[in-house]
Amino acid sequence: MSPQFHSITEFLTMGGHGTYVWSAYGMALLVLVGLVAQPLRRRRAVLEAVRQAVAREQKR
Amino acid sequence: MARRWEWFHRLGSPPGFYRASGYWLPWLVVAAALLLGVGLVWGLAYAPADARQGNSFRIIYIHVPVSFLALAGYYVMAAAGAVHLIWRMKLADMVMTAAAPLGAALTFLALFSGAVWGKPTWGTYWVWDARITSMLVLLFLYLGMVALRQAFSSREAAGRACAVLALVGTVNIPIIYKSVDWWYSLHQPATIRLTSAPSMHPDMFKPLLVMILAFYVFYALVLILNTRAEILTRERRSGWVLDLVAGRQQG
Repeated sequence: MSPQFHSITEFLTMGGHGTYVWSAYGMALLVLVGLVAQPLRRRRAVLEAVRQAVAREQKR
Repeated sequence: MARRWEWFHRLGSPPGFYRASGYWLPWLVVAAALLLGVGLVWGLAYAPADARQGNSFRIIYIHVPVSFLALAGYYVMAAAGAVHLIWRMKLADMVMTAAAPLGAALTFLALFSGAVWGKPTWGTYWVWDARITSMLVLLFLYLGMVALRQAFSSREAAGRACAVLALVGTVNIPIIYKSVDWWYSLHQPATIRLTSAPSMHPDMFKPLLVMILAFYVFYALVLILNTRAEILTRERRSGWVLDLVAGRQQG
């Protein structure tokens, strides 16, 4: 098994199909990162809200 | 009989699942990253270009795995809906909620990568043929699940309505699978069939298997992350979440 491309330029242009290949892979990367980030952000927000509620409760 | 099912009840309760899944996450992250890394390099740089399609064929390593998971994810969602309807299991309702936006995102990616692949291969981004139209219906079903959930103020009613919609929507799944056989279509028939050898050279096929496996693991990872976030949101007023925030508990 050997690499199919002999230079970075060749790899990026993909024999004229670079736009299609890279936009498909780029969009996939964006969506995958978003899918992981979204629940993590939501988890952090809920825990933070609970923390503040507990703090308010203790002040009273 | 109680002993044997104890683990099931512990895992089936939201706090039990939250705690147990916390231990699975690191393994899933490592496995998903490794498989995705290997599959990407293999598919993009080492797999041979297609004789007719050239390098645009490499889109297959995104298109086929996300399409697989978009469909498999619908079964996960519908099965969770059925479990929730029959046994009133809270965790199943949470899994169903977690599966909807994930499935929508994967279906969108399947349509997007298909469109971008269609342009150099068929000369068009979009055709209203059976396969593509039924995938678009799948996207609307997933989005409908998200919207329906938000349309109810009562969580009980929302859970039941969503479960019914998920179950009714399963009629679309065999239509998607069979669409390329039943109707004339630009879309090629399935490359991978359980009953026969793949119609693809092994050098192209092996990286595809790696990518499919990678997306399965990734799906499991995100489904668990979404479910955990859903558990926390719904149970934020219960004692175990307060303990978790105060650091009084492991996990």
